Amino acid sequence: MSLVIENLHAKIEDTEILKGVSLEIPKGEVHAIMGPNGSGKSTLSKILAGHEDYEVTAGTATMDGEDLLEMEVDERSRAGLFLAFQYPSEVPGVSNANFLRAARQARLPKGEEIDAVKFYHEMYEKMDVLEMDRKFTARAVNEGFSGGEKKRNEILQMMMLDPKYCLLDETDSGLDIDALKVVAKGVNAMRSPDRGFLLITHYQRLLDYIQPDHVHVMADGKIVRSGGKELALELEEQGYEFLKEVAAA
Amino acid sequence: MSFDTNLDQDTATAIDIDRSKGDFTFPEKHKYDAGRGLTKATVDYISDVKKDPDWVREFRHRGLEVFESKPMPTNWATKDLENIDFDIIRYYLSDGERPKRSWDEVPDEVKETFERLGIPEQERAFLAGVEAQYDSEAAYSNMKEDLEKQGVIFVNSTEGLKEYEEIFRPWFGKVIPTGDNKFSALNSAVFSGGSFIYVPKGVKLAQPLQAYFRINSENFGQFERTLIIADEGAEVTYMEGCTAPKFETSTLHSAVVELVALEGAKIQYITVQNWSSNVYNLVTKRGMAHKNAEVRWIDCNIGSRLTMKYPGVVMKGEGARGEVISIALANDGQHQDTGAKMIHAADNTSSNVVSKSISVGEGRSTYRGQVHIPKHLKGCKNNTECDALLINSNSRTDTYPAITVRGNQHVTQHEASVSQVSEEMLFYMMQRGIGEGEAMSLAVNGFINDLVREFPMEYSVELKRLIELEMEGSVG
Repeated sequence: MSLVIENLHAKIEDTEILKGVSLEIPKGEVHAIMGPNGSGKSTLSKILAGHEDYEVTAGTATMDGEDLLEMEVDERSRAGLFLAFQYPSEVPGVSNANFLRAARQARLPKGEEIDAVKFYHEMYEKMDVLEMDRKFTARAVNEGFSGGEKKRNEILQMMMLDPKYCLLDETDSGLDIDALKVVAKGVNAMRSPDRGFLLITHYQRLLDYIQPDHVHVMADGKIVRSGGKELALELEEQGYEFLKEVAAA
Repeated sequence: MSFDTNLDQDTATAIDIDRSKGDFTFPEKHKYDAGRGLTKATVDYISDVKKDPDWVREFRHRGLEVFESKPMPTNWATKDLENIDFDIIRYYLSDGERPKRSWDEVPDEVKETFERLGIPEQERAFLAGVEAQYDSEAAYSNMKEDLEKQGVIFVNSTEGLKEYEEIFRPWFGKVIPTGDNKFSALNSAVFSGGSFIYVPKGVKLAQPLQAYFRINSENFGQFERTLIIADEGAEVTYMEGCTAPKFETSTLHSAVVELVALEGAKIQYITVQNWSSNVYNLVTKRGMAHKNAEVRWIDCNIGSRLTMKYPGVVMKGEGARGEVISIALANDGQHQDTGAKMIHAADNTSSNVVSKSISVGEGRSTYRGQVHIPKHLKGCKNNTECDALLINSNSRTDTYPAITVRGNQHVTQHEASVSQVSEEMLFYMMQRGIGEGEAMSLAVNGFINDLVREFPMEYSVELKRLIELEMEGSVG
């Protein structure tokens, strides 16, 4: 059981962004993709989620054997794929509670209603883990949120939707150290043999708090190196300079 | 109808959204039918059937003259008005029965109609009184007994002008004169039905009164006339709902509603209309607020082929307040041309207009706002906000604000915005597993959320449901 990406090529308009990405994330593992800006790592997460701006030109992506690329954006989500956005959208006038309810409701068979009491109970429990104020449920989704609040909200949604595979796109960007710790606490609480993670990050910092099993380096639309968590430390020390050697070779 | 043949298949399908709640008819059984077309004879026929007093008959004749003399307002409004064929419209249809005070006495088909629309149920649950109009006349009219004892009058306009002439006549046609516009003149000629309400001094109604307007017959014109008078310090909330089945040909609804709030009185008038897409809805609504009185219009326009409606408040006495809160949703083939008129005619009067419109598919929404504050007044305030939401790239919205403020002792504020449900927002919502249609209706409900709160609970639930139905047809 894993999220398998094989030889994935994708373009936006006429620009090729992914040039043959292969990656396997088995359940129970945490993988991190690092790389310089513009390497295609954020794009990879959007393509997996089904963003319509990108066209997949070759390769496959499957989730526990199901063809992701054949599914609509919402189907992918209900099948168990979650993307924590780098820049979460605002949804004016729709409260966090109602938004989450709609997302949970969408997972039920037609005619079945979610149990509101249980739902709130569960939401409050998870908000406590993330140190979120109860008043937050009545606020419109991401509207007027600080960077840190937006990221916590992403993690709350992730916790409430119980996905099989979680993609976290630069979740650490714009977070101060305290917020980062809280977010990491949420992610770590979710680590389980039944769930796989892909962390996309520019910096090693996040990986101090969420220990990855594997680290990959992406450059120019490809994965150029893979290794254990020590690779992240190596990158931290040496920067992405070595990529030039890779490119030159 | 030219309008249908011009549409491509997708658009036609989009229009054909589920209006199952209102889309049904019963066979016509009319004892009185004024026939097609409008002449002096039609007007006299209506006067005869209704046994109008002479002053009303004369009022109608004058209405007809003004209607015939006034051009269609196509110099500023849509050319679609020219597609109304006044010669095929039937101006009066009724079974000749007086409105019943018990649902048991209402003819079965009419009763079933209103039951399917949920009216008797709402009456039991939260209303102080109900009037239910079927084509030209009220079929049912009743009010809680204790209100009657307090002197509250709630009857149809025909009964009002005969039984309560001394209260009715001084205000009738005073807030909206016959010549106000072509359609108020038309209404003046052929009006039938609508409510007459009088709330005596100091009486405050805790629960709303409701009227429901139902069109059952094809090519029919419904011309109700409502007059509400709240005496000094009185308070009343009136709600109206309207539906019609979906006919192939056009149907005309042209009402006139006049509100009079005497010193310190408060009138709140709430409309939730859900006309089918063949209805021309051309309505004139205006309130007069005397000293320290308040008139609020809360208006929700869903459906219809063309709606033209600009509820207004004339703030005639010092300290009077006027408010219009409006939501309009224009789907494919529909044009919601709505707005507000705020006429400040005394010192220290204040008005507030909040309008939100949603255009879906090829739907078009237009906001027209008029605010008038003359030079000799002081201390007047107006706030106008109009926001438009476009759902698709071919949706359309226009805003025509006309704010005339003379003198420098006033405060006015005007804000307008146009926004779109962005691809990124949709992607975000769908990434959480929410289907596209549901995501759209969440976004739309979010857009109008602050206004929906102004509606009574029972109506806001209905409103959300209606919007969900509209949005279901708009994507995919």
